[in-house]
Amino acid sequence: MSHSCLIALLCGLLALPAWAGEAQPNAEDPVIEQRLNRLAEDLRCLVCQNESLAGSRADLAEDLRREIRQQMKAGKNDQEVIDYLTSRYGDFVLYKPPFKPVTFLLWFGPALFVTIGAVVWFVTLRRRRTLPPPQIDEAKRQQAARLLAEEEDKA
Amino acid sequence: MKRFIPFIVFVVLAVFFYVGLSLNPREVPSPFIGKPAPAFSLPVVGEPGRSFGPEQMRGKVWLLNVWAPWCVACRQEHGFLMQLARSGAVPIVGLNWKDKDREAEVLLAQVGNPYFVVADDLDGRVGIDYGVTGTPETYVIDREGIVRLKHISPITPEVWKAKFEPLLKELGV
Repeated sequence: MSHSCLIALLCGLLALPAWAGEAQPNAEDPVIEQRLNRLAEDLRCLVCQNESLAGSRADLAEDLRREIRQQMKAGKNDQEVIDYLTSRYGDFVLYKPPFKPVTFLLWFGPALFVTIGAVVWFVTLRRRRTLPPPQIDEAKRQQAARLLAEEEDKA
Repeated sequence: MKRFIPFIVFVVLAVFFYVGLSLNPREVPSPFIGKPAPAFSLPVVGEPGRSFGPEQMRGKVWLLNVWAPWCVACRQEHGFLMQLARSGAVPIVGLNWKDKDREAEVLLAQVGNPYFVVADDLDGRVGIDYGVTGTPETYVIDREGIVRLKHISPITPEVWKAKFEPLLKELGV
């Protein structure tokens, strides 16, 4: 029993280098790969639009990663790569939309709606508090007194 | 007044949904409209040794049609492109996008070639330069080499009438 365990363990150890080799594909330049992955997280795959460029296995995503890698190797910094992509594909390629007049509603929308909600809430509460006391005329008051008296009689 | 508030909210939401849901998420607006078409120089399919670049079309209004032999939707518009080519309205330049199996020449010989010239973008880098997300895509480029229109998805006679014809008329074609 312990013998076969040992063999299995040894086999496992033998297989380790192979597995380690597979875990880092195209590790030509780890610094560039790291930059590429970090940047690609914030970029949209144009084919499968809810995936990031880092996570997508679409053909175009692979091409774009290759393009980014080449540009990084050519010495472009992250902003230059992003500028290149937005000049080709527009702001849509960015997961985080840029801050400009067209996107003001997008950026301020949530705050705007919270503000509207808060105002409505506040106004409603205020109105309820300043509601005039219920109007009761003399006839109603007498009727109420009569009813109360009846109750007392029963008791 | 107060009782109309839910109705007003409903109308506003309905308008937002109507507009939002009828937009095609594939129709990513191209940042190229009104800008010069990116330059490139690519080998021409079927003519070894010859290369094509957009500067060769200066002075003409032309279409750049991004297609691929493996692209099924491109077959849909092929008939219309043939018709267009026969009418001689505008020259159509094909951009053979990522044709890894090298089928373009054979295919065009079989089904007919609507293209004035077909540039061979094997690794798809020119496509990236033009912001291509998939095939087919068609660009209208004017006499000064400015991109005037980008259309994603096959060209149908309806699309042609609605989007291309008015623009071409404006450009004096």
